[in-house]
Amino acid sequence: MSRASLTINSSSPERSGEPEDDACAEQTRRTVLLGALVTSACLGCSAYARADEDPPGSDERPQKGDVLVFSEGDQEGKLITAADLPAGGPPVHAWPKDPKTSVVRSGSRLNEILIIRLDPAELDEKTRARAVDGIIAYSAICAHAGCPVTAWVKSDVGDKKVFKCMCHNSEYDPRAGAQVVFGPAPRRLAALPLALADGSLSVAGNFIGKVGAAQPG
Amino acid sequence: MTRKQWLLSGFVAFTCLVSTAAVSGPIENYTPVTAQRLENPEPGNWMLYRRTYDGQGYSPLDQINASNVKNLTPVWTFATGVVEGHEAPPIVNNGVMFVATPMGQVIALNAKTGDEYWRYKRQLPDDLFQLHPTSRGVGLWEDKLYLATTDDHVVALDAKTGKVVWDTKVQDYRKGQYMTLMPLIVDGKVIVGGSGGEFGVRGYVAAYDAKDGKELWRTFTIPGEGEPGHDTWHGDDWKNGGGSAWMTGNYDKETKTIYWGVGNAAPWPGETHPGDNLYTSSVLALDPNTGKIKTYHQYHQNDSWDWDEVDAPMLIDLQRDGRNIKSLIHPGRDAIFWVLERTPTKINYVAGWPFVSTDVWKGIEPESGRPIVDPAHKPVIGKRVEFCPSLWGGKDWPSAAYSQKTGLVYVPANENFCGGFTGEKVALKPGELWLGTKPEDIGLKAKSGADHFGELQAWDPATGKKVWQHNFPKSQLFGSVTATAGDLVFVGGTNDRNFRAFNAKTGELLWEQKTNSGIMGMPVSYEIDGTQYIAIQSGWGVDAQRIQDALATNNIGIEANVPQGGVVWVFALKK
Repeated sequence: MSRASLTINSSSPERSGEPEDDACAEQTRRTVLLGALVTSACLGCSAYARADEDPPGSDERPQKGDVLVFSEGDQEGKLITAADLPAGGPPVHAWPKDPKTSVVRSGSRLNEILIIRLDPAELDEKTRARAVDGIIAYSAICAHAGCPVTAWVKSDVGDKKVFKCMCHNSEYDPRAGAQVVFGPAPRRLAALPLALADGSLSVAGNFIGKVGAAQPG
Repeated sequence: MTRKQWLLSGFVAFTCLVSTAAVSGPIENYTPVTAQRLENPEPGNWMLYRRTYDGQGYSPLDQINASNVKNLTPVWTFATGVVEGHEAPPIVNNGVMFVATPMGQVIALNAKTGDEYWRYKRQLPDDLFQLHPTSRGVGLWEDKLYLATTDDHVVALDAKTGKVVWDTKVQDYRKGQYMTLMPLIVDGKVIVGGSGGEFGVRGYVAAYDAKDGKELWRTFTIPGEGEPGHDTWHGDDWKNGGGSAWMTGNYDKETKTIYWGVGNAAPWPGETHPGDNLYTSSVLALDPNTGKIKTYHQYHQNDSWDWDEVDAPMLIDLQRDGRNIKSLIHPGRDAIFWVLERTPTKINYVAGWPFVSTDVWKGIEPESGRPIVDPAHKPVIGKRVEFCPSLWGGKDWPSAAYSQKTGLVYVPANENFCGGFTGEKVALKPGELWLGTKPEDIGLKAKSGADHFGELQAWDPATGKKVWQHNFPKSQLFGSVTATAGDLVFVGGTNDRNFRAFNAKTGELLWEQKTNSGIMGMPVSYEIDGTQYIAIQSGWGVDAQRIQDALATNNIGIEANVPQGGVVWVFALKK
């Protein structure tokens, strides 16, 4: 697919999609694919204001210093500590939370995170370097079609348990940087650096890698 | 939200201007599409989902026939540039082909040469949850074409240039609403139905003005308070009852009635939504002008198996039991080959029989056509229940075809698969899967000792007799069928990437061609300058891939790997 294709009113890949922005869809001709000079204008495409306003910052990607809270289950909304993470999994599903404003960044599903504690000896070198006490975090959004990665199951192609997206069966090995071990996903899950202080987890940096699915073009 | 509110809030009109240095295109000569042309399409065109409003999937072209099909050869191909399931029929109008692909793309091609005129690429939202990343085609009207998108908009494009004419938001994709169907165009109305039964939506069919995208009507498939059928629901179950309507309907131009298939109830275990649950797993007869429900028939009640019946029934004139029947023919996901009679006011049950083995039904009540359930194979809460066929059913959405020459119905069926899951009560979270079971608990098992899986079946709907069957030993069959007047039946749908032609009378395999990927798409036929062409999109993914993965884990010697990537293939006879 040509990289010269034209984007009208493009939005940052780190922002969630906006329906009315999407209405201004990309349009190309063969000439565009061939790399010809293209100019464009999109009229009537205004910034979309969500009807059900989320608090400011809730759709921003995780920020350094954010704390982490459960995104589901009985403890939904509560802070996650290292003690909440059973050794060997399963992963805990989390949202980042701004400690200053108390805004939970649940305004975009692209912010959901999987946090898992594994035996450091199982981790490859690069993953181990990023882990704290064997605790590592990844985006919960599949790189294939943007479905959630929800399962922690035995791999279809091995004996180890893996992250699995049940939509289209993509599997990721969290011990090896969430590389794809099965299914149609084209690339690994984005990783999220963590910090651990006094048993509390926090975000130590931006996502490493693209969050979510690839789009054509 | 009321319909008026939808009209006010959901409609977005805008103009996108694009200036390009054109090499090919815009299209110079485009033949506008009229009601008359859609009602009586020229033999050489394919302008509707199944070519004609009756949904038969039949081409009257016969230059390519059972005698010479062995000489069929590719004349051009075109890579779409995207992966995933390419399920749309190439739509052809007097030499111009429109191809819809996954990821919201439409490509206009010269149907004779494969040269590109223009390409539309929608920018889908980054946070879109694409459970079914596909598209089943574009509808045509006058000088525009219409695309239903996975982020739940209907978009009108200028057929000559690909420029956006209007774009209407239908529902909120963040709540699990999406569309993958080809819009049905009737008299200037763009009619669509929503997907999202897996997300606990309330299904609907809706019509938009082809000129400006204004919503004209919306009919919910789950009746609300005060509407007929509402009493088949308990409490508030109807509010998130499923009944999505994600396949294109068919149309009876004589009685001006649309027949639209409706999906299963949500979530899956029937115990969570007691009652018959109208109009899930049904066919609705709708007035295209108002959306009013004229009548309906429910194939099976209180669905618990994910057996949505969204593939619209074919309209076929039959002679059966000594009388002429204006029939509706539907080989169902519920494993029953349904023969119904359509009248202006009622749909009558005529006959039904299993076309693949099933342990779910004990029989069918002869007067009503209501199937009798074996409770041992109906999923419940807290206990694993197995059932046959699998949750993909005897035949999923890929369409059957009917040949007006042979009088036979050709069914892409799957045999020897069973399924099962443990039902559980789960709270609904808008925008998240709501199946009533853990997705990882869903199973598909090949029957022990099974010697094949996919079956291309030929049935005589007048007698209920199977005339022939072709088995696929190591593959499912997951692709739509097309019949032609050349006594041919075309189908892909197997994991070996082959596209095939069969003798429509005997089932003899006459021709096959390996393609780039597996074929889920719908074969079409068209004619330009006296040459008949056969066209298909090859591009594996979505449910065909899911079944493939399940086959691979059944330890029956079948690999998971089927290459992905979309290519339009066009064939003609060697000269």
